[in-house]
Amino acid sequence: MNTLIEGRGIGVRRGGRWLLRGVDLTARAGEVVALVGPNGAGKSTLLRVLLGLLRPTAGAVLRAAGVRVGYVPGLDAPAADLPLTVRRMMSLTAPRPAADERAALAETGVGHLLEARVDRLSYGELQRVMLARALARRPDLLVLDEPLRGVDVNGERELYPLLGEVVRRRGCGALLASHDLLHVLDGTDRLICLDREVRCAGRPDEVLERAEFARLFGTHAEAYWHLRRCARAPRLPDDA
Amino acid sequence: MLDDFFTRALLAAVGLALLAPPAGCVLLWQRSAYFGETMAHSALLGAALGLLLGLPLDLAVFGTALAVALALLAVRRFTHLAGDTVLGVLAPSTLAFGLMTVWLAEDRHRYDLAGLLFGDVLAVGRADLAAIWLGAAGGLALLAAVWRPLVAAVLHPDLAAAEGAKPWRSQLVYTVLVAGVVALGVKVVGMLLIVALMLIPAAAARALARTPEQMALAAAGIGVAAAVLGLHASLWLDVPAGPAIVAAALLLFLLSLLRTR
Repeated sequence: MNTLIEGRGIGVRRGGRWLLRGVDLTARAGEVVALVGPNGAGKSTLLRVLLGLLRPTAGAVLRAAGVRVGYVPGLDAPAADLPLTVRRMMSLTAPRPAADERAALAETGVGHLLEARVDRLSYGELQRVMLARALARRPDLLVLDEPLRGVDVNGERELYPLLGEVVRRRGCGALLASHDLLHVLDGTDRLICLDREVRCAGRPDEVLERAEFARLFGTHAEAYWHLRRCARAPRLPDDA
Repeated sequence: MLDDFFTRALLAAVGLALLAPPAGCVLLWQRSAYFGETMAHSALLGAALGLLLGLPLDLAVFGTALAVALALLAVRRFTHLAGDTVLGVLAPSTLAFGLMTVWLAEDRHRYDLAGLLFGDVLAVGRADLAAIWLGAAGGLALLAAVWRPLVAAVLHPDLAAAEGAKPWRSQLVYTVLVAGVVALGVKVVGMLLIVALMLIPAAAARALARTPEQMALAAAGIGVAAAVLGLHASLWLDVPAGPAIVAAALLLFLLSLLRTR
């Protein structure tokens, strides 16, 4: 698989302590990489380094020539004083062909919201719009930072498979960070557990059984397995 | 036509009202009203320095406001102090130095402190008028040039930067612009009220707009209406023009609250 972005030995030092140290990470085309770790583990810092927004104290980021990155930040509610429609949000940093914008919104299931006001969207809708924004830029790699923060459980069940579909259909890569294990679902190809350094990495089913993983997440991991078992059970219809 | 002092005043106020409220929209979104006030308060120091050094008032005010703003941005960037702390230190300090400098300058010059604080739009001459309209045109061109990255950075600075906008650069250009608005506004509404002329029409425009661009246009429209209304009110009621313009803007803001979003 094509390597899109590679971080080698990345370290970030602030105020006399290492926020990240010796982190190696590779994002490849057609692969969903999930970066998990507790709050303060340095996930967002690592993404900012990979996005080129933060210069690492140590190590280097190698980006394959011509790789376009689509960034999907976890947005808190947008500022109430800033009026925005979905259409305007799509051309936030640069205008895109209208057809691309419409196609991307349709791809994430929010094509009907083109003229909607951003402050009226539900959180799940907002995240689909943010994903569509990134897709309209035709990215080779999607970088998602806590994309599901604030999304309810149903929204999350829908957004995750959607992300997997998008990656498979477009053949792009995806790198996402989440503090919540519950968000790491079946679409993940590679799981990286971060706590200022990489604690363990590999296929989700391998990683989840490691001892380091249980130490890092403690009882959280049990809750995760419980929910996974529940998720496999037949669900009641939504309007029941 | 320009021989009439009221026509000149009207044109000066309208020219300023075309620029200040759209610029004020950004100030509103960035929640940096206090940043604007700090720059406006430095106008006193600027005017006093201008007198001492024999520089034109507008230029001296512009230069001082810009220097203060750049100092602010630098201190914010290179220290760990909160933005509000830096403003809280700098705003009264420029005022204090301004007052002391005025005191020193006042012995030698008859100094129109009230005009500086509250503006004296009825006294603007042709040269002032030319400066205001050229400044407004240049300011709007500058604002248009950095508009998209500014709006994007309000929503999410990292997103803007990741997509190639240069938030730091557009903020720098915007800061120059606010210094220009302060310099132009001192003659019209005075240093105490210029930020009000930026913010109140912008706040009133919020209820009318669905996009940032609509809000900027509506803010300019409301600003112009406030300028015309306020100047006429100042004539009828025989009150100072600058405060009357701001009062008219407040009235329009209150009306905008009636519109439910």
